[in-house]
Amino acid sequence: MIDARTIFSIATRAIKANKMRSILTSLGIIIGVAAVIVMLSVGHGAQTSIQNEMKTMGSNLIIIRSGVATSSGARSGHGSKPTMKKSDGDAIQEKIEAIKLAAPVLEETTQIVYGNANWSTGVTGTDRRMFEIKEWNLSYGRMFSSTDIRSAAKVAILGQTVVNELFGDVDPLGKTIRIKGIPFQVIGVLIPRGQSGNGMDQDDVVYIPITTAQKKVMGISFPDQVKMIMLQAIDSQSTYTAQEEIRELLRQRHNLGVNKEDDFVIRNLTQMMEMMESSTKVMTILLGSIASISLLVGGIGIMNIMLVSVTERTREIGIRMAIGAKAWDIRWQFLTESLVLSLIGGLVGVVIGLLGSYLVGVFSSLPTKVSLLYVLLPFSFSGMVGLFFGFYPAYKASLLNPINALRYE
Amino acid sequence: MSLIELKHITKSYPLEDTQLKILKGINLNIEKGDFVAIMGPSGSGKSTLMNILGCLDKPTSGTYVLDGQRVENLSADELADIRNRKIGFVFQGFNLLSRTSALENVELPMVYANVPAAQREERAKKALTKVGLRERMYHMPNQLSGGQQQRVAIARAVVNEAPIIFADEPTGNLDTKMSVEIMNLFTKLNEDLGRTIILVTHEDDIAHYAKRIIRIVDGEIHSDEKNEK
Repeated sequence: MIDARTIFSIATRAIKANKMRSILTSLGIIIGVAAVIVMLSVGHGAQTSIQNEMKTMGSNLIIIRSGVATSSGARSGHGSKPTMKKSDGDAIQEKIEAIKLAAPVLEETTQIVYGNANWSTGVTGTDRRMFEIKEWNLSYGRMFSSTDIRSAAKVAILGQTVVNELFGDVDPLGKTIRIKGIPFQVIGVLIPRGQSGNGMDQDDVVYIPITTAQKKVMGISFPDQVKMIMLQAIDSQSTYTAQEEIRELLRQRHNLGVNKEDDFVIRNLTQMMEMMESSTKVMTILLGSIASISLLVGGIGIMNIMLVSVTERTREIGIRMAIGAKAWDIRWQFLTESLVLSLIGGLVGVVIGLLGSYLVGVFSSLPTKVSLLYVLLPFSFSGMVGLFFGFYPAYKASLLNPINALRYE
Repeated sequence: MSLIELKHITKSYPLEDTQLKILKGINLNIEKGDFVAIMGPSGSGKSTLMNILGCLDKPTSGTYVLDGQRVENLSADELADIRNRKIGFVFQGFNLLSRTSALENVELPMVYANVPAAQREERAKKALTKVGLRERMYHMPNQLSGGQQQRVAIARAVVNEAPIIFADEPTGNLDTKMSVEIMNLFTKLNEDLGRTIILVTHEDDIAHYAKRIIRIVDGEIHSDEKNEK
């Protein structure tokens, strides 16, 4: 066997001798690798944004909303007939072991005013548990105290966007804002979270104590009413297993007879997210495989050109054999050639693919994310394509009879 | 023991229902240091004999001992190895690799003999100097005249210290003046370096450079005599 360096220089010489042809041959691989990288980065980006959303929303979530109101046969949407109470959540948290936290939510979109500035945003009445579930801390100021909740204090915690819109450069702490004309003192500002996966500004929020919302800001039809209850289970498995327990407890608390429908809806967000995640995973695999087909076609292009090259260089092969080249010397020569062609194509494809996924990320709404694995995978695949499709031409070259090969014109 | 011993060598090709006999039992001994010309009309089988002698082809029957080793039943790779170590070829059409410098062409046999790169270059330069191409080592074949190309081929044939040189119509593509130069080079290789040379030609004046002339007619040795210069 002749040494690798010599074989490499023989191969690169042949590639350089036919520059245009080599470029065109590699083009198939270039496009294939670039396409795989772009597709995988789009799929991976979608997956990552879902995962991020799960993280900011809080993990292992279950949401309970009021059920469906039926009036003379016309069914309104979820929550059209309010039935849920804050105490329902407290009972669930207390009695069902799988549930760690139960945060009440009573929300309304309304205008808030500070001085001359005003801004329309979602005002949410809740308590501390909400921030624990979302793992969301204050960047400065203080959290709602038990006294705030008990006394229905007129205090508010703001998201960064609201701070920017109302206060600009002014320090909001201790200032008074008006929500529906009622003065609230700003006690804290949340750490900015940016956009959520579906493009919503998560910092465009105002939080007030649940009791204040119930008693002073939002109209409720019975005492202790909430719009929904956000539950956090101890782990992802429990979000499935706890559902039945919650249902029984709520039916009992709402005094629902055997023949009565549930007046609430339990929604397992973890389950939804997991489904979305697995469907994007399938999408990633699908996109990647479609792109791999072009890589395969590129490989066939290499095989085609290598076959032509072997025929063209029959005489060269004859000379090498007459002078002492063994079958494997010839095979390695042509294998190295196709390997170098495909790896160069792979390398250029990686560069174009990275550039492409960057551009897709910038100019389209699809989030893209490049990972090392998704770059190395198509690159090494291009190498394997080169070896696989280079083998047959190389093998064919090595089978030539030196006498006939030398006579070839 | 002779360098080359052929016993009852035959070669036939299947042709429809019968066998076409190209060589019909060749017995031939060639000693070390000899300079043999093989002559014969086209179709006489001299090229076939040359291919068998050069280990490019296998005989249908008979035995071939080359430098003390039976070679008639060796595998393709083993024959490649014999060609590499024992035989240097010079062809009518030069058969140099195009787009490859004279120096690299001469290095080629050593590439397949696994000689380290530095040593390859040194020995190739020496061989090219010996054939008078010191100044043209980095020229490509298409930048060299026919005679110069043939000298590169001769340098390539001797660089691996192969004891035998096979020359198949080496002057066939050259004019008279260049032919004389090339034949003088062969004579020098034979006399000064003791290389055994086997020359195939159909020209009498070229054959007369040899010490011994073998004539093949119809697949058999017709005559085998010393050449009186």
